[in-house]
Formats: sequence, structure tokens, C-alpha cells
Amino acid sequence: MQDNQGILLIMGMAVVTYLPRLIPMLLFNPEKLPPFVKRFFGFIPYAVLSALIFPEILASTSSPASALVGGVVALVLAVYEKNLFLVVVGGIVGVFLCELML
Amino acid sequence: MQTGLPIAFGYLPIAITFGLLAKANGLSSMESILMSALVFAGASQFVAVNLLAVGAGLGQILITTLLVNIRHFLMSAALAHPLGKQPKRIKTLIAFGITDETFSVVAMDPEKNSDPGFVAGVNTTAYLGWVLGTTVGTMLVRGLPAMLQASMGIALYAMFIGLLVPSLKRSKVNFCVALIAAGLSSFTTWGPRFLTTLDKGWKLIITTVIACTLGALFFPEEVTKDAR
Repeated sequence: MQDNQGILLIMGMAVVTYLPRLIPMLLFNPEKLPPFVKRFFGFIPYAVLSALIFPEILASTSSPASALVGGVVALVLAVYEKNLFLVVVGGIVGVFLCELML
Repeated sequence: MQTGLPIAFGYLPIAITFGLLAKANGLSSMESILMSALVFAGASQFVAVNLLAVGAGLGQILITTLLVNIRHFLMSAALAHPLGKQPKRIKTLIAFGITDETFSVVAMDPEKNSDPGFVAGVNTTAYLGWVLGTTVGTMLVRGLPAMLQASMGIALYAMFIGLLVPSLKRSKVNFCVALIAAGLSSFTTWGPRFLTTLDKGWKLIITTVIACTLGALFFPEEVTKDAR
């Protein structure tokens, strides 16, 4: 693509990705929010994470089977509240070993 | 800064992949790195590169980018709560660093997320990982061995699991909301066609809004006291 168009695209993307992050941060007065809304916001992290993980994790490697194995390894480590690094490395190793065997 | 390390670590393979892909699809090294440095939104960047490759116009790419990133509106609103009393210039800076991952780490730490230094530290570490990874990706002429690359795809999801699961153990209500969200998300992936053809960002927004609304309707107060 042309030089100036690339820069234009990047600048445009920078604006449209920054605004949704900035506007609530500056405009919200959280103390005034009704309890229902506060409760709603409180649930967001759990809902977002859960929806991000499943079912998309199954398409994160070259086969759903290896992704499942990696996911289960990570899940077991996470249930025992292992260090985040260990959870990530465990997941990768699980996938790698599974792909070796496939 | 330390708390952000797992994120930076999780970002590296993805950022490297982004750098490789962006170059393969006609962006220069400079443009690829600049995009990571100024946009700092993984999903949107991949989408944009894909759209560029199929010849989409500037306006189309920008609208899609906005759609994919509208979910950050909710996250920013959630973080505005603990950071409420901080000066605007600090919040302006912190807002730039909000991603799915930094948000998750910060939101899961209710004792520290009112400390702007903590939040900014997490954001900065993640940001450096993202930009550094992109730079490495653009420099790699030949990619990683295909098999290792495929195994690395799980990295970010494993991190999400490591973040989510321990907090779900402590609250049945949060567990229910997460379960509803996973169910809805499956429905938008495998369900009726009008849902499965939706943009990924919209699916996430719809799923989140419905799951949180149900949660707030059915569990107006925390049933168990042990929840964080």
C-alpha cells in the first residue's frame, strides 16, 4: 500500500481504538452509578474472560484435540493456583507433546 | 511492572506473529511497528492486516476496528471505578494501556487496582512486550518451526485460564456468570447462522452484556461472603 495511506490507516486506527478506552475513564463518575450497573460492571471481567477462552481456544492450535489437551493442562494448574507462568508454559508443553504424538 | 510480565510473555509469540503477518501482507517494518506502538490492540491489528490483504478500503477497516474495540468501553468503565479519584491526565495515560489482558490482570486484583502506579506498571510492561515482539517478528526472515508456532497459539488462552479459574473458585456467583458467558459464546459460534456470521467483536459484546445483565438480575447481592 502507498506510504501516506499506511500512515493514515494507522493514525485512524489509533484514534478509534483509543476513544472507547478513554471516554468512560474520563466521563464516568462511578460513585453515582446505580447498584445494578455497578454489579453489572463487576461481572464484566469474568464474563469477558470466559467468553474469550471458550470456544475460541479450540481453534488456537493446529488441531482442536491438542488445544483441548493444552487447555486441560492449564486448567488443572490453574485450579491448584500455580504461578501464571507455569500455567502458560504447561499449556504450551501440553499442546507441543500432543502434536508430537498426533 | 512485575505483574505485567506474564502478559508481556504471553504477547511475545502473538506480537511476533503479528510482525511476520503484517510484513507478509504488504506493510513495511516501520508501519508494522508503528501500528503496534500507536494502536496497541492485538485483535484489531490482525483484523486490519487481514482486511488489507483482501483489499478492503480505509473506511471499512476503521469501522471494523472500532467494532472490535468497543468492548474496551466496558472495561474502561469498570476500571474508572477504582481509579475514580485520580487526576485526568493520569487516567488519560492509563486508558491507552487497557487491553483484554491488562484489564483482566488489573481487574482481578481489587486490592491494588486503585493504585495508578500499579495499573500503569502492568500496562507499560505489556506494551513493551507487544512492541518488542512486533519488532522481532518483522526482523525474522524465516518464522519459527511451524509446530512450535502452533503450540504457542495456546499461550494467551492458558493465561486467561490462569487468571480466571482461581477467582471463580472463590465465588459461586462469578462462576455462574462465567459459565453463562461460555455457553452464550458457544451459542454465537455454533448456533444459528445470524449469530455465527457476526463479527467476533460483536459476539463478545453481546455475550458479555447478556451474561452480566443476567448476573446482575439474578444475583443482586453476593451470596457468599468469601468472594473478593
